[in-house]
Amino acid sequence: MTSHEPDSRPLLLGGPALGLRLIVFAIMSAGLMVADHRQHHLAVIRDWMSAAVYPFQWAVQAPLAAWTATRESFASRARIEADNVRLASDNLVLRLKLMRFESLEQENQRLRAARESSARVVQRTLVAEIVRVDLDPFRQRVLVNKGSRDGVFRSQAALDANGIFGQVTRAGPVSAEVILISDPEHAIPVQINRTGARSIALGTGRSGLLSLPYLPQNADVVAGDLLVSSGLGGVYPPGYPVGRVTTVTRDPGQPLLAVEAEPLAALDRDPEVLLVWFDNAVVEPEPEN
Amino acid sequence: MARHRVINLGWPRILVVTLAALVATVAPLPDWLELMRPDFVALTVLWFTLLSPRLTGLFYAWGAGLALDAFNGVLLGQHALALIVITYVASKLRLQVRAFPPLQQSAVILALLFLNEFLLFWLDGVAGHPVTDWRRWLAVLVGAACWPLVTGLYSRVAARR
Repeated sequence: MTSHEPDSRPLLLGGPALGLRLIVFAIMSAGLMVADHRQHHLAVIRDWMSAAVYPFQWAVQAPLAAWTATRESFASRARIEADNVRLASDNLVLRLKLMRFESLEQENQRLRAARESSARVVQRTLVAEIVRVDLDPFRQRVLVNKGSRDGVFRSQAALDANGIFGQVTRAGPVSAEVILISDPEHAIPVQINRTGARSIALGTGRSGLLSLPYLPQNADVVAGDLLVSSGLGGVYPPGYPVGRVTTVTRDPGQPLLAVEAEPLAALDRDPEVLLVWFDNAVVEPEPEN
Repeated sequence: MARHRVINLGWPRILVVTLAALVATVAPLPDWLELMRPDFVALTVLWFTLLSPRLTGLFYAWGAGLALDAFNGVLLGQHALALIVITYVASKLRLQVRAFPPLQQSAVILALLFLNEFLLFWLDGVAGHPVTDWRRWLAVLVGAACWPLVTGLYSRVAARR
């Protein structure tokens, strides 16, 4: 049907009002960014927003998750039997280790009590599933399905079965964002297990690579050295594996060594992570004037 | 007087289209494909601005940007600012661009998406976590190349009663 009434709406939009609106919205955006970045004033709003978008984020990965579950349930009997045998033998080995571990733990506690220092070991863990959504291809961050309702808090450490995974950057009510140790903005205080030398491992943006740029030329470090968390900074529990040194480049022209390491946690393959609580005895140093 | 085709999208349909764009932005993809994922929300906002500007405006672009920030978990207001700027430029150019042949339209979209990405790049730097990887600009090229598809698809969605 054709209408013959003239359309009274303006054909040319904009004019001064559009520019004015642009400025108003730009100022509002800038205000939001400053509030979000500098003062973290928007925590409540962000929590609310993350809770609002979480169902959609969950729905995005639901088909993939359903497909994986279906494939699992039709897995062949032979594979399950093989898995079972492997897990049983793994279990035996782990139980043997545990026997020794318990006596060592008691000894450790006695020694610590003698030195009046508290043991900072993981006390409670929570398994969180990784929600398979792509947040940003250039940042190593993942979304997990546990939030502040489950007691998750900001800068909580996350581990997987092999080592340290990352820490929580934002805890919404039902979901949390975890930054991986390989994110270029992330740094973790580490200790070389063999020598006890301390350093900092920086993320590089690639999930299989950490870099240790602050070791002096004469540092005792070789490829294959195990890096464990030193516990300085208080975010990560001390003594947990972080990575293994892969290459050490000594360039006499440079004041520092170029050391690369490979994270032990399966950063890009983990379906779930462990969020941990530990008794953090580190006292933040007073800032000097 | 021949009236040009009226695109009659109600708010429900606009919301659904926007939500689909947001979901497409975070849907899991293989790594190599992820780098080439176009900015679907920017394309959607540009489509509305260029081809049916009476339905949406700066407020819509701003809201879509905020939703994108919430979805991606980045600094709140970052995408919102970039999107209102390109929406402003696009509405100024709207009458010329509508008359352009598809290839030329894609060229304009390329420029607008580049402006969008440049603003995001700049804001990343200001916020203290610059992403200097050259591959972030790939998505701009792919986005511009996708423009004919987007117009085709959205015109269909819009034409359906």
